[in-house]
Amino acid sequence: MASKKFEPTNPAVKWVEDRLPIMNLVYGTLGAGYDAPRNLNYWWNFGSLAGFMLVVQILTGVILAMHYTPHVDMAFNSVEHIMRDVNYGHILRYVHANGASMFFVIVYIHILRGFYFGSYKSPREILWFLGIIIFLIMMATGFMGYVLPWGQMSFWGAKVITNLFSVFDDLLGTDGAIVRLLWGGFAVDNPTLNRFYSLHFLLPFVLAGVVILHIWALHIPGSTNPLGIDAKGPQDKLPFHPYYSAKDLFGLGVFIMIFGAFVFYVPNILGHPDNYIMANPMSTPAHIVPEWYYLPFYAILRSVESKLFGVLAMFGSILILFALPWLDVSKVRSLRFRPLSRFFFWIFVVNGIFLGWLGQASLEMEVFMGLTVFDFGQISTAYYFAYFLVILPWVSRKETPLPLPTSIAQHILDKNAPKEEV
Amino acid sequence: MTAKVQDNNQDEEVTRRNFIYVATGAVGAVGAIQVVWPLVDQMNPSADVLAVSSLEVDLSAIVEGQTSKFLFRGSPVFVRHRTADEIARAEKEDNDDLKDPEKDSDRVQKKQWLVMSGVCTHLGCIPLDQQGDFGGWFCPCHGSHYDISGRIRKGPAPTNLPVPKYVFLNDNTIKIG
Ligand code: HEM
Ligand code: FES
Repeated sequence: MASKKFEPTNPAVKWVEDRLPIMNLVYGTLGAGYDAPRNLNYWWNFGSLAGFMLVVQILTGVILAMHYTPHVDMAFNSVEHIMRDVNYGHILRYVHANGASMFFVIVYIHILRGFYFGSYKSPREILWFLGIIIFLIMMATGFMGYVLPWGQMSFWGAKVITNLFSVFDDLLGTDGAIVRLLWGGFAVDNPTLNRFYSLHFLLPFVLAGVVILHIWALHIPGSTNPLGIDAKGPQDKLPFHPYYSAKDLFGLGVFIMIFGAFVFYVPNILGHPDNYIMANPMSTPAHIVPEWYYLPFYAILRSVESKLFGVLAMFGSILILFALPWLDVSKVRSLRFRPLSRFFFWIFVVNGIFLGWLGQASLEMEVFMGLTVFDFGQISTAYYFAYFLVILPWVSRKETPLPLPTSIAQHILDKNAPKEEV
Repeated sequence: MTAKVQDNNQDEEVTRRNFIYVATGAVGAVGAIQVVWPLVDQMNPSADVLAVSSLEVDLSAIVEGQTSKFLFRGSPVFVRHRTADEIARAEKEDNDDLKDPEKDSDRVQKKQWLVMSGVCTHLGCIPLDQQGDFGGWFCPCHGSHYDISGRIRKGPAPTNLPVPKYVFLNDNTIKIG
């Protein structure tokens, strides 16, 4: 999708543009030079919201780093120092902590938007891959960040998650060498905290780089749209600025109110109280849970009664997203025109939320008719994988889609036409 | 005939170039590995971490039926003073269907002293003492049950709680590590 060229009239701007066409880049990416389909709805707001959150996290993170001490004896207290002594420190920390949660909510919605509207389909596969890579890096970053305050959940979360890699030691017979390499010791300890701090600082900048690739890849075909048919000409499109810049800003305003409500009214609701207890390698909290945004994957891990296959299932549940463009073979992108697929999609969403609930419940707890959390975990994990490996390939071959509109413009005309028969 | 000779010459030329090409590449690759290795190896436990000393435990302070926990290399070690009942149970269960078969006698030096790692072989939590379906240890993190010999009986953990190296210095003292 070639964008229009930026033609500066101001001679100073022109002088710069002739030497470094940076305004042209912005103009063609986020400005009036970039044409987007005219029918984008608010589900298309979440990409720019994610970009906003990345900036928020980097900004607050760099500031927190000015006051934080990465040492097992001092980390916990330095966070309390930020909370009590540093000017505005508690707000900055709450913004960063809740910001991570908001970032994940946004990205989950963004990914599911992709599921629903078939955004992963040709020609956007690489765009989709870059999105999954972003998601993986986010997960690594969030995990390492949670370790930094060195509370009980930090410590035991770090221990359990790094131990996931011991399956590779079991497989290769390396007797813990891989896990010791990750820890820099015989247990999660000061060397582990230090390297996590270093990487937690670095990864968001790697993320920023991948986001640039993501947006680059987006601008080759441009956004899809709720109808999933290609935009054919100028009648199907609108310049990004001012139409979508305004729409995105409105969405941003609404989002900031929600974000603010968390930060100012319930800043700890998404965290675990045990993380206000300093790490103690001699006692595991009775009930350890990861941050809420990892819970569905944690539930999958716990549902398989074999260490190796549990860990493989957990990694597999994310990596399977890479195959999505080939598991769904339907030519029609949008689920608006695929009622049966849409039905299974919504079950997938509900199942995912249920997995999240299961991930924090204790395994022996009875849920319904004598079935425990563990039993339901197995059922839900089965549906999760069946959705990708059985349902999508099968339904996308068998289902006859509803008739597609001939063009975006035509669809809008039809929708707005005065209804004759009424 | 002449053409053939020329061909041979050309072949020779190409072979020599190929050789230099491959040799350069090989030297470059070896050099790259030499650069990468320190970058990876620095992650491994450093000399001071490796130098951690051993741990001496005074057994006389542990009464029968009690488990004490000691921090060794950043992780807990369990030392349980087992009762006669528990020893009998552990030995009887040698014949049960074990996930990671090991005789109780291979896991202890003196029957009443069970010395083992307190780190769940699943993902590293600390199992709780005297809980679970097998009257031994229970790991609350993902539900692994260990028996009174520390053997895995049920749940996701793949192996028994390992027994560290230790020696009896005298009847009442052991040295771990
Ligand atoms: C830091 C995280 C991310 C940022 C900043 C980001 C940014 C963006 C932006 C600005 C857009 C264009 C606006 C929109 O369509 O909403 C976009 C589109 C897209 N993103 Fe992301 N994204 C992120 C994560 C992800 C992830 C995790 C995935 C999938 C696994 C993903 C998949 C996509 C796809 C497929 C599109 C094209 C959507 C379409 O045009 O229909 N993104 N992204
Ligand atoms: S860590 Fe013990 S069961 Fe998972």
